[in-house]
Amino acid sequence: MSSRFLASVLLTGATALALAACDREERHSRAKPIGETIPAGESPDTIWPGGTPAPALDARAKLYDNNSPAIAEGQFLYMKMNCVGCHFHGGGGMGPPLMDDEWRYGGRIDQIASSIAEGRPNGMPAWRTKLTDDQIWKLAAYVRSLSGQPSKDAVSSRSESMSATTPQSLTPREPAHTSDTAQQ
Amino acid sequence: MTRLLRAPALLTPLLLGACDYQSYQSIFSGDAATEVHQFNILFVVFLVVCAVMYLLVLIFLATGILRARRASEAANVVESGRHNQSHPLMRSGLIAWGALVSVGLVALAIASFFADRSMAQAAAHEKLSITVTANQWWWDVQYNSGDVSKTLRTANELHLPVGVPVRITLHSNDVIHSFWVPSLAGKQDLIPGRENDITIVPQKVGIYRGQCAEFCGTQHAKMAFVVNVDSYADFLKWWSHQLQPAAAPTTPLAQAGYNYVTQGQCSSCHAIAGTPAGGTVGPDLTHFASRRSIAAGTMPMSEGNIYGWVEDPQSIKPGSHMPTIGMEPKDLHAVVAYLETLR
Repeated sequence: MSSRFLASVLLTGATALALAACDREERHSRAKPIGETIPAGESPDTIWPGGTPAPALDARAKLYDNNSPAIAEGQFLYMKMNCVGCHFHGGGGMGPPLMDDEWRYGGRIDQIASSIAEGRPNGMPAWRTKLTDDQIWKLAAYVRSLSGQPSKDAVSSRSESMSATTPQSLTPREPAHTSDTAQQ
Repeated sequence: MTRLLRAPALLTPLLLGACDYQSYQSIFSGDAATEVHQFNILFVVFLVVCAVMYLLVLIFLATGILRARRASEAANVVESGRHNQSHPLMRSGLIAWGALVSVGLVALAIASFFADRSMAQAAAHEKLSITVTANQWWWDVQYNSGDVSKTLRTANELHLPVGVPVRITLHSNDVIHSFWVPSLAGKQDLIPGRENDITIVPQKVGIYRGQCAEFCGTQHAKMAFVVNVDSYADFLKWWSHQLQPAAAPTTPLAQAGYNYVTQGQCSSCHAIAGTPAGGTVGPDLTHFASRRSIAAGTMPMSEGNIYGWVEDPQSIKPGSHMPTIGMEPKDLHAVVAYLETLR
């Protein structure tokens, strides 16, 4: 095998690798208009009684879930909007923990976004008029990262702000349980 | 273009750019603050001493080269290395040179000592205390006072009384930023979890521009602020005006804007004194329309710019924490009408 041939193979390989790296995640600082299926100002119903097949995941999920700018901004909002006041850093206090495997109102990102937007009984306030949809979905993306749902490369190994906790990339992944089992 | 023309063509824009060097953001804008004044004196002393030394060295070097040429024409002369045998003129010349170097260094040391002391002097006579907290990407400004009712919070704008030593305490909420008003002082970093400070004694009434001088994220370039140096009376007038809560809206449109701002998304992050809006995430808006710029020096204050900023901040400053709400036009008109009353 001539060295010239080897060099061209290496060059082709390197080019292919470099081109593959072009597929970076999208950083969208503004919410994209998604075809509205529900009246403005309402969240879709995201809780289904046992046995009913769950509807398809909201189209917005792929924009926020696993998206690291969204998770980072969600973390900022989680601190600034005082989510820590009740949920602490995921461990839960006055509010339920967010880093475990139990989801009373569902652990899908659209279900979490709906819980934030509409509020839930016994203390969770509705944020629909206080934050934008974009911010609520970013918060939901961060809340999912508290139980290790996004892939490790999407969460930060160094948080945006000063923190004494272990980096998010070390968060163990919890299997999400349905609301029914969480009620047990 | 011929080669002859290319060099002037490249140089002209540079030289023309230098015409604007005494703009309101420049380290050469003169004696706007004591610190800068002292520093400029020190700079001149260093420049003169070093220039004299440099010229002397060049002269000696040139004569050395010329002499060596002439000598080589005559014969190969090897110096003995014993200075007591060298020419008396050469000996006294070397002693004088040594003395000159010592005097020059001593002059530099003395000048630097006095400049340093006089800068430190200003810090010891602090008369006004301000806390500046940097955020991505805006400046939170708090005027401290022993009397809590005189404590004032504003953003992206500093008002300083002329001739009064001001101590500015610097904090950061997220990453490292740097506080830099080139006309008034050197750079000082704002470091998360640490307290830093800088003392300024402004000497000239005027408006100066400050800028974050440490790369802090995508919108680092749009993180500026305005320093307004006023006479003492004007400063006190400004302070007492800023202490007033926001005036109640008078027109129906402004009233609608008030309702939106205090009940909608705006108040989650922004505070307006005298209203239920009490968010601490974004800049205080109590006297928003009295400031010279919007969004930390991003745009000058004007009705059109307020419209643009409120409707779609993410197109003007992508990545900033202020979200694009997607307001209905009627809400937008109302909110802008209300914001304009916050003078």
